[in-house]
Amino acid sequence: MARVGVFICHCGSNIAATVDVARVAEEVGKLDHVAYATHYMYMCSTPGQELIQQEIREFNLDRVVVAACSPRMHERTFRRATSRGGLNPYLMEQANIREHDSWVHTEIPVATDKAIEIIRMAVAKAVGLAPLEASQVGITKRCLVIGGGVAGIQAALDVAEAGYEVVIVEREPSIGGHMAQLDKTFPTLDCSACILTPRMVEAAQHPKIKLYTYSEVVEVKGYVGNFQVTVRRKARYVDEKVCTGCGTCWNICPLRPREQEDGTVKGGIPSRFEAYVGKRAAIYVPFAQAVPLVPVIDTEHCTWFVKSGKCGLCAQKCPTKAVDYTQSEEIVTEPFGAIVVANGFDLFDATVLGEYGYGRYPDVITGLELERLMNASGPTHGHVLRPSDRQPPRTIVLVSCVGSRDEKAGRPYCSAICCMYLAKHAIMMKEHDPEVEVYNFYMDIRAGGKDYDEFTRRAIEQYGAHYLRGRVSQVYERDGKLVVEGVDTLIGRPVEIEADLVVLATGVTAAEGARELFQTLNISYNQYEFINEAHPKLQPVETNSDGIFLAGCTAGPKDIPATVAQASAAAAKVAGLLSKDSLVADPMVAEVNERECVACNLCVTVCPYKAIEMTRTRRGKAVARVNPSLCKGCGLCVNACRGGAINLKGFTDQQLVGQVAALFAEPLVEIEEPSNV
Amino acid sequence: MTRYAYYPGCTLEGTAREYDASTRVACAEMGVELVELQGWTCCGASSGHATDYWLSLALPARNLRLVEEQGFDAVVAPCAMCYARFRHTVHDLRDPEARARVNALLDAPVRGEVKVHSLVDLFFQEEQLAALREKAQRKIDGLKLVAYYGCLLVRPPEILSPDDPEYPTMLDRIIQAAGATLVDWPMKTECCGGSLALSRTDIALELTRKLLEDAVRRGANGIVTACPMCHSNLDTRQGQINRHYGTDLHLPIFYFTQVVGLATGHGVKELLLDRHLTDPRPLLAEAGIS
Amino acid sequence: MELDVLKLALKERLFAEQVHQRMQVDVRACYQCGRCTAGCPVAYAMDAGPHQIMRGIQLEQRDWVFGRNTYWICASCVTCSTRCPCEVDVARVMDGLRELALEEGIRPSEQTVKVFHQTFLQLVRLTGRMYEPGLVGLYNLRSGQLLASADLGLPMLTHGKVNLLPKRFPGRGEVDRIFARVATQEGRR
Repeated sequence: MARVGVFICHCGSNIAATVDVARVAEEVGKLDHVAYATHYMYMCSTPGQELIQQEIREFNLDRVVVAACSPRMHERTFRRATSRGGLNPYLMEQANIREHDSWVHTEIPVATDKAIEIIRMAVAKAVGLAPLEASQVGITKRCLVIGGGVAGIQAALDVAEAGYEVVIVEREPSIGGHMAQLDKTFPTLDCSACILTPRMVEAAQHPKIKLYTYSEVVEVKGYVGNFQVTVRRKARYVDEKVCTGCGTCWNICPLRPREQEDGTVKGGIPSRFEAYVGKRAAIYVPFAQAVPLVPVIDTEHCTWFVKSGKCGLCAQKCPTKAVDYTQSEEIVTEPFGAIVVANGFDLFDATVLGEYGYGRYPDVITGLELERLMNASGPTHGHVLRPSDRQPPRTIVLVSCVGSRDEKAGRPYCSAICCMYLAKHAIMMKEHDPEVEVYNFYMDIRAGGKDYDEFTRRAIEQYGAHYLRGRVSQVYERDGKLVVEGVDTLIGRPVEIEADLVVLATGVTAAEGARELFQTLNISYNQYEFINEAHPKLQPVETNSDGIFLAGCTAGPKDIPATVAQASAAAAKVAGLLSKDSLVADPMVAEVNERECVACNLCVTVCPYKAIEMTRTRRGKAVARVNPSLCKGCGLCVNACRGGAINLKGFTDQQLVGQVAALFAEPLVEIEEPSNV
Repeated sequence: MTRYAYYPGCTLEGTAREYDASTRVACAEMGVELVELQGWTCCGASSGHATDYWLSLALPARNLRLVEEQGFDAVVAPCAMCYARFRHTVHDLRDPEARARVNALLDAPVRGEVKVHSLVDLFFQEEQLAALREKAQRKIDGLKLVAYYGCLLVRPPEILSPDDPEYPTMLDRIIQAAGATLVDWPMKTECCGGSLALSRTDIALELTRKLLEDAVRRGANGIVTACPMCHSNLDTRQGQINRHYGTDLHLPIFYFTQVVGLATGHGVKELLLDRHLTDPRPLLAEAGIS
Repeated sequence: MELDVLKLALKERLFAEQVHQRMQVDVRACYQCGRCTAGCPVAYAMDAGPHQIMRGIQLEQRDWVFGRNTYWICASCVTCSTRCPCEVDVARVMDGLRELALEEGIRPSEQTVKVFHQTFLQLVRLTGRMYEPGLVGLYNLRSGQLLASADLGLPMLTHGKVNLLPKRFPGRGEVDRIFARVATQEGRR
């Protein structure tokens, strides 16, 4: 006969207003195996917990049932109390008489009878519980950061400062991400590269940080504290160890862009960093402050690769003989204890929305393209010139929400940064030339950050940008001008503007390859391929996979302050994880009864966490085995196993059957049919 | 030979008979057999859907039933308005409740599974374009033409054609395959005001003028269309526009089937090109097309 | 006056619900971006833009909405519905407003449009197909614009573009019956 103690919580009036807790305690006290039953105002409070501890000793209890809220709220609290009372914490069963009872019923008799039934079931389960021991796993004290933009750089610096080794894996030849492409940042109008490059250099020089640029994550195995990550380090065809970044190669490459006297450019290959409005050579660094300042060869254009060995000028002229056409890619596998996903974002492709003419009219450009034109190190040396005729635009129209807040385009969400950067563009255009006319077609102004709203007002009040509330329907060309057909809904009239340049605020989308990366990491993402946070409000930098954290736009559009804050937050989580000497693994995991297992492999195929492997016993019998560190206790394998050879500890078949049987036993009381429930 | 039920539509018997004549010529060239639907009646055009939803479905539905009864699985409607109305009807009849309600308005029920083609559909697949290029023996590159789609061939895109509603290219490709010189312009799908031609002629004139002027601005010497109402506005009202606005527009308007007919060697009279109010014959002469 | 204070009590949304029922459009989806008005080729001739009509429905301003000429001037080009980011079928709402106005006997601000459509449909009912000279003639008569498009009449005739005499087509019978049945449907006057 077990000795179960039942503790029934009032939860203030949350439970007690609908459930007659005194009566429940009385009835439940009459059950078999129940040695003690009581009720108390707030079981989760300190006195409540002490009550549990006390009565375990007082009444020599060997099982505890707490009838209160959902285990999702306080299971941990009551397990700890049970443990402090001297019992194994897993000998506690929580009965939910709040979310499952008092919160969904209104009639006291009905709710009370139901509470009694719920507790009866919980007692039956408690009787069947066995003590469980949480196991310990070791931790590799290294952190992997995927993505070398501002989020990745910040996270890496913070983790490194906390004393742990960090590796940044970045797909592009240089770290810096999109922030490096920007000219100025709102609302301070700091030069973006000026505030970012010091961090980039710090990351490169930090003794605890390793940079794997021009590299990609290929495979991730393992679990929190013990990841094995395989990285493909693509061939640069330049030896990083001897290259000095002198620039000889990219300055003599025959395919390099050559600026003519009239300002036009001959030759060159469209550069991704320059948002394809600027060009580069076939051997190149993406920008002058690239980190590392080591070029890569674009084998799709480089004459040596395309024409089997012709040219070879860069290898010839390199003063340190760093160019090596025979270099091959390297695959490395390294252990990590934690991963931070910071793979950033891309922008909506406006060619999909044909009415704006993007792709058909060269003077319809995106915000990022404008950034490069505005940037002093960009293709036009900081003079904003129309792509069509290289003339300075006199009338500029800015268009908000291109591919954002758009059901039809399949992107109903707001991209968070466009209202601010369009205000920035307006201010910058006016700074460059106070005589230009700038019009901004907006729907709403989203400027919630610090100093943000004031910034947008400056654009209007100080700089004289014209803000027109309404969306643009169409842009087309007439007599060398771009006719913008829009509307001002505030004065209620359609509006037509003849513009020289139209700038589209294209929406923030998931980075290219995000889906494949998340599948490699086995983390959850939504329909827009942004990562799903573990909890959108309370766990914004964690994923549902232990040990994998996130920072920045990979989880949804956000500005630089939010990104940097998330990066530091993720770093704090990493530091918290890596500071432990070992990890406690939840013991409520599945376990295979190796005598019963017939190795049919079904459990292996259904496990969403890849936690089960086929293996052999010492005697050579093929069996399935659960890795308790990866198992999340979801129970799918238990369901799938036809022979009943897997059980979930803490939810064994025997315990569950016992619960159900308890429900259908003779009812303690007659349940009256309610008039209305 | 592919065989379709042919639904001319009311205007092709009247003000748009050039379209009917040239359609028959062009389809014969392309190996398309058109069998006129017997007993067809009006589709309801804009007045139907503009005033009475269920009427606007019932009138086309009756014709779709005739197509089914007469043993065809596809019908071709050269007029963009008829085409659009049929497509809307087929689409809305997919809902069983709507279909039941419409069938209650007819003498006999329709299944509504007929395929509806615009005339343009039959000419623009790669196969047909290749065949056209081969057959287009007559030199017509002196015709510098813009392709005018109007509203009803492309909007709403879910119900009508698969072509891009903002920058369609089906007609453009046909014009090029026929050997005429294609001129690009941004007004491909801008409304001509056809439905207001009688009730608010001033609006129709304003919209039509914009189209004509832009075509001239781009260097075109003719406009190609596939809709009888657009053709009517563009062709017959140039005089009115000139008087009202003080302009001097004389831009011939061609049905695309007439361009196909010219390219494949057919004559002005056969294609009823002498019936247009804005005479295309001077242009044809200038372009060396006798 | 134009800017009379709107006394709003939007507990019941009868107008919006009627629009939803008859035209399958939920006006709540519209966030008033104005794109429909921006791209409407005939907005210049309207006294309220299509987006303002949508707003009028959202705010249950039935009389105001029906008093505008917007839905009469609408040329049914469907540019609005095609470009609406919220996938609101604005063109369908315009059709539906016309239908409701005719049902309820509301006097249109553009009489000629109503006369045109009614004349067109009467001729279709009479002969089974459109009889163009009849359309122009009758329309001119009823709209009091006797000489409208008269300058086109002679050229059309000499260019052989018109059938002088009306014909009655087979199938006319069913068309007539369709009209009759439509008129006696449930919920019609």
